[in-house]
Amino acid sequence: MTSVLIAALALILMGVAYQQGVSRSRALSGASRLHSRPQYHGAFLALWATVPLLLVLLIWVVTSGMIQDWYIARQLPADILPGTTDYASAASRLRNIASGFGVAGEVAAWETEAGEGLARFMTILRLSIVALGALVGIACLLVMRARLSPRLRARNHVETVIKTVLIFCSVVAILTTIGIVLSLVTETIRFFTYVSPVDFFFGTVWNPGYSTTSNEASGSYGMLPLLVGTIMISAIAMLVALPVGLMSAIWLTQYASPRLRNVIKPVIEVLAGIPTIVYGFFALVTVGPALAGFGEMIGLDINATSALTAGIVMGIMIIPFISSLSDDIIRQVPRAMRDGSLGLGATKSETIRMVIVPAALPGIVGAILLAVSRAIGETMIVVLAAGNAPILRFDPTEPVSTFTVTIVTALTGDADFASPQSLVAFALGLTLFVITLMLNIGALAIVRKYREQYE
Amino acid sequence: MTEILETEAEANTRRRAQVRNSLSRRNRAEQRFKLLGLGSVLAAMAFVAVLFGNILTNGLPAFWQYNVDAEVYFDPEVINVPDVPVHQAGQSEADFQAEMLGWQRRLAMVNWNRILVASVEGALAEAGADTEIDARSAQSIIDSGARFVLRDMVLADPAIIGERREMQLLLSADGDNWAKGKLSRDLPDDRQQLSRPARDAIDRLEEAGIVHRAFAWHIFTNVDSRSSPASAGLAGAFVGSFYMMLVVILLAVPIGVSSAIYLEEFAPKNPFTDLIEVNINNLAAVPSIVFGLLGAAVFINIFHLPLSAPVVGGLVLTLMTLPTVIIATRSALRAVPPSLRQAALGIGASKTQMVFHHVLPVTYPGILTASILGVAQALGETAPLLLIGMNAFVANVPATPMDQSAALPVQIYLWQGNENRNFFEERTFAAIIVLLALMIVLNALAIWLRGRLERKA
Repeated sequence: MTSVLIAALALILMGVAYQQGVSRSRALSGASRLHSRPQYHGAFLALWATVPLLLVLLIWVVTSGMIQDWYIARQLPADILPGTTDYASAASRLRNIASGFGVAGEVAAWETEAGEGLARFMTILRLSIVALGALVGIACLLVMRARLSPRLRARNHVETVIKTVLIFCSVVAILTTIGIVLSLVTETIRFFTYVSPVDFFFGTVWNPGYSTTSNEASGSYGMLPLLVGTIMISAIAMLVALPVGLMSAIWLTQYASPRLRNVIKPVIEVLAGIPTIVYGFFALVTVGPALAGFGEMIGLDINATSALTAGIVMGIMIIPFISSLSDDIIRQVPRAMRDGSLGLGATKSETIRMVIVPAALPGIVGAILLAVSRAIGETMIVVLAAGNAPILRFDPTEPVSTFTVTIVTALTGDADFASPQSLVAFALGLTLFVITLMLNIGALAIVRKYREQYE
Repeated sequence: MTEILETEAEANTRRRAQVRNSLSRRNRAEQRFKLLGLGSVLAAMAFVAVLFGNILTNGLPAFWQYNVDAEVYFDPEVINVPDVPVHQAGQSEADFQAEMLGWQRRLAMVNWNRILVASVEGALAEAGADTEIDARSAQSIIDSGARFVLRDMVLADPAIIGERREMQLLLSADGDNWAKGKLSRDLPDDRQQLSRPARDAIDRLEEAGIVHRAFAWHIFTNVDSRSSPASAGLAGAFVGSFYMMLVVILLAVPIGVSSAIYLEEFAPKNPFTDLIEVNINNLAAVPSIVFGLLGAAVFINIFHLPLSAPVVGGLVLTLMTLPTVIIATRSALRAVPPSLRQAALGIGASKTQMVFHHVLPVTYPGILTASILGVAQALGETAPLLLIGMNAFVANVPATPMDQSAALPVQIYLWQGNENRNFFEERTFAAIIVLLALMIVLNALAIWLRGRLERKA
């Protein structure tokens, strides 16, 4: 309720200030030419009136809890010591009385008095804060209104504010990266106080022990089984996605009629828009059992949840990624090269294999790197379909585990956040982040270089 | 002389044959290559078809569930609760609430199962079945959520006690599986989930038309439930996802567009701007789970925001969607012809006026499409949400974005892990259909809006 009133107050103040600015500058414009149009004078005043009000309210929001606690502390009898549960319950009783909700059971006289006092105190304080904000806003408005003059560079002032807001918004991306790096690095360092980095990076056994009594690291945290699992699944995914994706791109750019391409391309790209949890469930329920049945038919023992299942489905997911990236890259190959080859008598497929693909190769390699980084960071498919068996082995028909699966299991379990069992997620996350970052930087560098070659 | 001519002619024929051979070989290779390409395209399209076919055939049946048409008697002997407490004058709000809670507790303690069992027996008698049914079996047919439906009816209108109502009672998960024929009828009794009288009763009632299929609206209106799986629904997940998308739209779009405008139109060429550029490109390719780690470490562990709250999920998804919006907006801005800018500047507009009055309006279709696609992507994202505790079981519709909540993709994850695989596999596919339908609507909206706005512009 009060927040609606305050919002209304701010809006009214803003509107009045704008109106004042516009009319005042219109009046001024009779005397001499204005530097800025009246709207800018209006916006200038509106900013000057609302921003101080909002600042006062912001300070209130931050401090109101503390002020309330301070008041309650003064009201409570001295025999209730701060920090005890009695203290907390007495304080919350006072708050409930103050809010008018009341409390169950007997209410002591001092409680009623203190509760009503608290309500009065907070109401008065709240009203005076709002009044103070409004006064500050109006005062700023009046002062700045008096300073309005034809030569005031109102537009420049307003534009500076806009530009500051824009800069602030673009810094958010940087802050995100800083946040990611800082949080990953600090938690990883905490993890390394339990487990030595050498054991983590080069250990071949993944078996985090769960101790209920202490946060001591019991068990081993060697990430190599996870690395092998991740690489194996990504490799299978690329074996599926690369031929299908690349050949689709070639067929769509070189053979298909434009009308056919306009129909087929969106259909294939549907695969890219499907949430990965859907792929994961599809792999778990449909592809896994089908593969196991197929394996039985040809006399192979294939697990329903295995690196193969997850890899194949992930490959399907990546097909549109490869095909649309290669599509762009193949189109960038200059037409003259293609025409030259065809003019010399090469067939279309020879032109593609010997001229276009070699020319587009750097770009395609870049696309492959990007796809690999996607595959390594993919989570839901592997969580559902890879079997989560962190054992070092190289058989794709067996269940495996990956970085992402282990991150999810580590942080969705019951372990305390500060325990090595949870912190290891950040060490794995940092490793994952660094690997994908290197792949991306490499890929972008290759693609950019390739673009420059033909521009 | 003639010999040489002959050999020349021979050589010519030989060469011609050679060329012909190699030509046909090359043409065959050409055909093979072309077929390989066509095969790849067909394979990719087949994947799409198999995926959608599989989801639809498995998920659509879940939208129709079996119900029993039964007369429910709100027996006053079973529902023996005192009158509803009324707010007395001078009573504090807290005391009244306590009294009301006590009354509701009495109501919750009522043996609702007896009423349900009586209804099933009544339905059986109506079907003309001569079979006796024991209370346990009768109870196992009906979804246990029906108890709460009856309780809520009394809560809403206590005058209903003593009356009879015609109601559609949902069959339990096992009963539904049996009626749908998903359970083998050949298994011996000790391996069946339902007792023999219960199975017979369902068959009888179905023959009599009292048990029949109806569209399961409760999938959309109920919240998730563990104790009564047949009436579990997506309402909580809908609202949770809605709040998250609201946060994403309110934060990612304005911040993303502003930052794209700054980078494209205002930013001076200096190392700092380059850093932001490289940074955004890399952020776009960071795996989504890393954003989840950021959320767990910063929002949950440092800022102490509530676990599994849509607002935290929304913040994490915002950071994840931001690069997409920025990159798309920048390319939309870049596509605006320079002549437009020069014309605006030429007649005396300031740079800010040029951007906001002339350039930006032209890019609205692009920005809008990018935002909708970003939101669609965020809607389906699961992994980061698991790390901020959204995999918790929540049986409430969140009232505010700060409350615990489920989300659509996470609900899929939770349902696929349910032990009652027989029933929940279908249900999970149904939830997937709902999620995909929402995403298709969003994408169609984006395409439609782009077409419409671009034609106008």
